[in-house]
Amino acid sequence: MTIQATATLISFAGIALMVGIFLFVLARSGDEAAYDTVQPRAYSLRKQLFFILLAGFFIVPALTLRHLPYSPDGVESTVVDVTAHQWRWEISQTDFTAGESVLFRVGSADVNHGFAIYDDTNRVLAQVQAMPGYVNEIAFKFDDPGTYRIMCLEYCGLVHHGMLAALSVTDARETL
Amino acid sequence: MAAPTSIQDPRRPEAWVWVYFATVGIVVALMMVFGLVMRLGQAGLIELPLTWFYQLMTMHGVGMVGISGVGGAAILYHFLSQHVELSRKIFIANFVLFLIGAVLLLGPSLLGSYAGAWTFLYPLPQNSGGQWAPSAAAIHLTGLALVGVGFLLFHLDNARAILARYGSLGNALGWPQLFGNSSEEPPPASVVAGTMVLIVNILGLVSGASIIVLSIVGILNPSFEIDALLAKNMIYMFGHVFINATIYMSVTAVYELLPLYTGRPWKVNKVFLAAWNISTIFVVIVYPHHLLMDFAQPTWLHVLGQVISYGSGFPVLVVTAFGALTLIHRSGIRWTAASGFLVLSMFGWSAGVIPAVVDGTIAANQVMHNTQWVPGHFHFYLVLGLVSMFFGFALHYSRGTGDSAADRVALWTYAIAGLGFTCAFLAAGAQSVPRRWAIHLEEWHGIALVGSVFGALVVVATLLLVVRIAVRARSVA
Ligand SMILES: [Cu+2]
Repeated sequence: MTIQATATLISFAGIALMVGIFLFVLARSGDEAAYDTVQPRAYSLRKQLFFILLAGFFIVPALTLRHLPYSPDGVESTVVDVTAHQWRWEISQTDFTAGESVLFRVGSADVNHGFAIYDDTNRVLAQVQAMPGYVNEIAFKFDDPGTYRIMCLEYCGLVHHGMLAALSVTDARETL
Repeated sequence: MAAPTSIQDPRRPEAWVWVYFATVGIVVALMMVFGLVMRLGQAGLIELPLTWFYQLMTMHGVGMVGISGVGGAAILYHFLSQHVELSRKIFIANFVLFLIGAVLLLGPSLLGSYAGAWTFLYPLPQNSGGQWAPSAAAIHLTGLALVGVGFLLFHLDNARAILARYGSLGNALGWPQLFGNSSEEPPPASVVAGTMVLIVNILGLVSGASIIVLSIVGILNPSFEIDALLAKNMIYMFGHVFINATIYMSVTAVYELLPLYTGRPWKVNKVFLAAWNISTIFVVIVYPHHLLMDFAQPTWLHVLGQVISYGSGFPVLVVTAFGALTLIHRSGIRWTAASGFLVLSMFGWSAGVIPAVVDGTIAANQVMHNTQWVPGHFHFYLVLGLVSMFFGFALHYSRGTGDSAADRVALWTYAIAGLGFTCAFLAAGAQSVPRRWAIHLEEWHGIALVGSVFGALVVVATLLLVVRIAVRARSVA
C-alpha cells in the first residue's frame, strides 16, 4: 500500500469514528441522566483515552521515524544538479536507467520552489524544498522504467503551476 | 440539574463586539466567495485570468487569517472583560488598525497585481518575476505590520488587565492550584485561555513583526539579503501561532455558553489547567513541522517537529472536546442553532486534528506536503471548527425570540457541505494534487468539481446565516 493510501485510510477512519462518536452523543442527549452519574464514567474513560494517546505518542514515532529521507544512505549515486528558476527547472541530467540511485542536489536561483518527483500516474514519490542560498540533497532510486515528472510544490509566483519537467528512465537491459 | 427551558444569560456583548462581528460576517462571506471562485477555476469550470487566481489566493489567505483573529479577539474580549478590566480604547484601536491594515493588505492585490501569498516567503514579495512592483509588496507588508501591531496592543492590554487582577501570569494560568495545592478558586476558563494566548501570540507577533520589517528593508534595498531559511522559520513561527491562537481565543465561547444549554457547569480543574499549561509551551515550539521538507535543517529539528506536533494540540483539545461531550451526554441539552454550532465546532476541531497529525509525520509529509492535503486539514479546523464557534457565539447573543426553520436548515447545510468541502481537499491531496495551482491537470478536475459544489453550498449557508444573524440581532436590539 502506498504511503498516501495508508495516510488516507487512517485519516478517514479517524474522521468517521469522530462522526460516529458525536452522532451517538447527539442521539442520546435527550435521554436525561444526573450529571453525577455521567461525570465519573466520563472521567474514567478520559483517563483510559489519555493512556492510549500517551502510548501512541511513543509508539507511532518509534514506527515512523525509522526511515528518514534526510541523509543519503551511502549507496553509490549518480549526482544530479537541479536549479529552480521562475519558472523552469534546470536539471543537469534527465535520462536514467531503472535501478539507478540518484542524488539530486537541489537549489534555487531566485525564490522558494518545491522539487517533487511524480510517477507516470501523477503520484508524488518524494520531494524537497528548493531555496536560494541552500543546497538540499535528496537521494532517490528509480525502481521502474518510464517517464517521471517534476512538479513545483512551493508557490513561486505567476507560473508556479507551469513548472514541469520530465525525467526518462529506461530499462537497464535495453541500454546494454 | 435539568437543562433550563430558557437560556438566561445577562451578559450582552457591547456594541464594539458587534462591530467586530459585523466585519467578521462580511469579510468571511466575501473571502469564501473568493475561495469558491478559485476552486471553480481549478475544476476548469471558469476561466480565470491567470494573474487573478494568485491575487485572489493571496487575499483569501491573508483575509481569512486576519478576520479569524478579529473574531477570536471579539469573543475573548467579551468573556475576559467579565473578569478583568480591559481597555475599550485599545479594543477600538485594534479594530481601526485592522481596517487600515486591511486596505493596505488587499489594495495591492486588487490594483497592483500583488500575489505574494499570505506566507510572503522571502524573497518572493520583492522578486515576483515581473508580475508586480516591489512597492506593491511593501504596501502589503506594511498593512500586515499594522494588523500585527493592533493585535500586539490587544494582547498587551489583556496582559496588563490580567496582571492587575491576578498579580502574575502564573497565577492566571492556575499554577497555585496546579502545583501548590492552593484551596482558592482557580481562575475562570476565559482567563486561562486569554493568558495562554497572550503569551504565545506576543512571541509569535514579535517574530512576525521582525521578519516583516526585514522584508520591507529588503524590498527598499535589494542589496540587503536575508537568509531564506531563517525567514521561513520566522514566518511559520508567526503564522502557525497566530492561526492557532484564533481557536484558543474562540473556544472560550464553548466554555462559557455550552453550560447554559446543558445546565451543567464547566469546571476548571487540575486536568484543565495542566492541559492549557502544556499547550502554552507546545504551541510555540511546534512550528518546525512546517519545515520538514527543508533538508538543510538539522535532522533532530525535523524529529522534534514531528514529535511535538503529536503532542501540541492534544492536551487542550482532548480536555475541551471530551469535556464538551461529557457536558452534552444525557443532559437534555436545549438544541438551538447556537448550541448546534458550538457542538459542530468541537467536532471540527477534534476530527480536523487527525489529518493534521498525519501530515506532521515525516514519512507522510514527504509525499503529502504542499499537496491539497494541507488546505484540507486546515480548512477542517477553520470551516468546521473556528467559524462554527463564531456562528455559535453570534447566534447565541442574537437569539431574540429564537430560531426559525431557516437557521436549522443553514446549520445542517453548513455542517454537511463543510465536511464534504474539506474532505474533497483531503481526497485531492491523497491523489497528489498540488496546492496553490491556478490550473489543474484534466484528471484532477473531477475532485475540484466535488469541492466546488460543496463549497458553493457552504457559501449559500454562510450568506443565509449572516443575514439571519443580522435580522436576529436587530430584533434583540
Ligand atoms: Cu512553484
